[in-house]
Amino acid sequence: MMDRYTLWQRIGIYAGIGVFLTFILLPFFEMFMTSLKPLNHIFRSPYQFWSDDFSFDAYTRMWERVPNLGRYIWNSIFIATSVTILAMIVIVPAAYAYARLDFPFKTQSLGLFLSVNMFAGAVLLIPLYKLMRQLGLLNTYWAMIIPGVAFLIPTGIWLLRGYFEKIPKEMEEAAYMDGASRLYTLRRVILPLAGPGLVVVATTVFITAYAQQYLFAVTFNSDGKLHPLPVGLLQFIGYQNVEWNMMMAAALTGITPVLLVFLFLQRYLVAGLTAGAVKE
Amino acid sequence: MTLVADGTAAPQRTRRKALSDRAFAWILIAPAVLFIVAIVAWPLVETIRLSFTNASLAGEDYVGLANYEKLFQGGKFTEIIVRTFVWMFFSVSLKLILGLIGASLLMAAVPGQALFRILIMPPWVIPIAMGCLGWLWLFNGDFGIISGVAQAIGLTDGPFAFLAYRNSAFWAAIVTDAWVGTPMVTLFFLAAMQGVSRDLYEAAWVDGASRWYRFRRITIPQIMPVIVSMALMSAIWTFNSFEIIWILTQGGPRGGTTTMIIDTYKVAIANLQFGEGAARAVIIVIMLALFSLLYLWVLGRVNRKYGVK
Repeated sequence: MMDRYTLWQRIGIYAGIGVFLTFILLPFFEMFMTSLKPLNHIFRSPYQFWSDDFSFDAYTRMWERVPNLGRYIWNSIFIATSVTILAMIVIVPAAYAYARLDFPFKTQSLGLFLSVNMFAGAVLLIPLYKLMRQLGLLNTYWAMIIPGVAFLIPTGIWLLRGYFEKIPKEMEEAAYMDGASRLYTLRRVILPLAGPGLVVVATTVFITAYAQQYLFAVTFNSDGKLHPLPVGLLQFIGYQNVEWNMMMAAALTGITPVLLVFLFLQRYLVAGLTAGAVKE
Repeated sequence: MTLVADGTAAPQRTRRKALSDRAFAWILIAPAVLFIVAIVAWPLVETIRLSFTNASLAGEDYVGLANYEKLFQGGKFTEIIVRTFVWMFFSVSLKLILGLIGASLLMAAVPGQALFRILIMPPWVIPIAMGCLGWLWLFNGDFGIISGVAQAIGLTDGPFAFLAYRNSAFWAAIVTDAWVGTPMVTLFFLAAMQGVSRDLYEAAWVDGASRWYRFRRITIPQIMPVIVSMALMSAIWTFNSFEIIWILTQGGPRGGTTTMIIDTYKVAIANLQFGEGAARAVIIVIMLALFSLLYLWVLGRVNRKYGVK
């Protein structure tokens, strides 16, 4: 058969995958190893690959030694969740409009929405900073939530529109025939049918919101209690006596929630994200 | 639509629906429009306006083109532009090459395939800043594993701090950026490769074509539209990339990793020179707009050439 490999090809494939995964997973491995090393071993010279007294101490002691750690993790989850809820409230109706309704400037406005994707927050920081200051939102959660939402809306609309379009039009027609209102139809017919799509889009928004909460936080917030995990942890780097093993332990602990979300939903996510890449 | 023939309710409803179609649509997209206008469109216009002023926390005056003139004096800014494009070129190339290799490997029908496909995703899933923390450590001279391995096999005499020298810091930033972007690129290539018809491969296989030949003559042309679109999309991501360089080096050492985004941030936010920062931002926006036009143009051509509607 075409898919049969010789022994050497098999070895080659596994070796290749091994190298590739080493590159991808190396930072995680390094962080994990560092989190296990006692502090005085980290700074040992020459470099030591293996210590004989690895311990999980850092994972218990970090909660008291890294101030606000629990708070940072909570902030990260809270900000990402708020962004997701707000974004979905905006995305769902818009995606429905683009999937089902006809209105003037439909394609043009969708194109404009998508062109937002070419901007990163960093380019627009100056007016955003002024805007947040004028609204009195600097050093509040809102300053980290609102800009995050805006930049996630276009992709969300685009992804969800695809799911809505797959729902047979007859379902809606039938509901209208029975005298259902537009909103009722959207709520009771379309949304339940688009369930998997909603999960994919919401999870994508959540993961992106969790992944990209550095810039706005570092620029718009100086209240240490409100920092999300990345900013909270990284600001310790400049300090003397950083307990690196605990920082790494804290970082790994902080990324666990989002890794779990991904693991549970990866099957749907991967298919949903790449749906546009494969033309059927 | 048989109901229409004998009832009056149905046509009436259809007519009322058609009438409000447009209004209903506007209501549905209004919140999205509002968000984009407030957070993207207005700031964009405001950035352009500010670029003609000397705005700072103290106030602002109209200064005409002074900010732009100042930018292009002395050649420092040109150097930053060149550096940005070099960084973009290598980072995007690296992502595409790694993505193609990775996707091809993950297409191979070997036991463990499903697991491997999951294991490539963590860099995309976790906060970029946390990944950078890992790389910050990897690149450390005294206790990073890369320097450790280099010493162990005799590549370097002593510890080598990758982020302490202009050249090595620049390459370190490229590697890190490629690491962040590779999972997404791989994922899309993988999806595209799975979409290629098996019949093509089987026909070629029957004719005795080698794997390499099949890859070159079937896989690559078939997924070309996806390759092109990933190339241009990651070019835009890399161009806009801020966190990675900021966390690794803050644009240093001695400006060695200062890209246009980093430069803009330093001037506008770190030094609070809003006017001069805005002028830099405007140039970035112009370049991004050109990229996007290029993107649409190239994609249109590629799609036509490879017969995708």
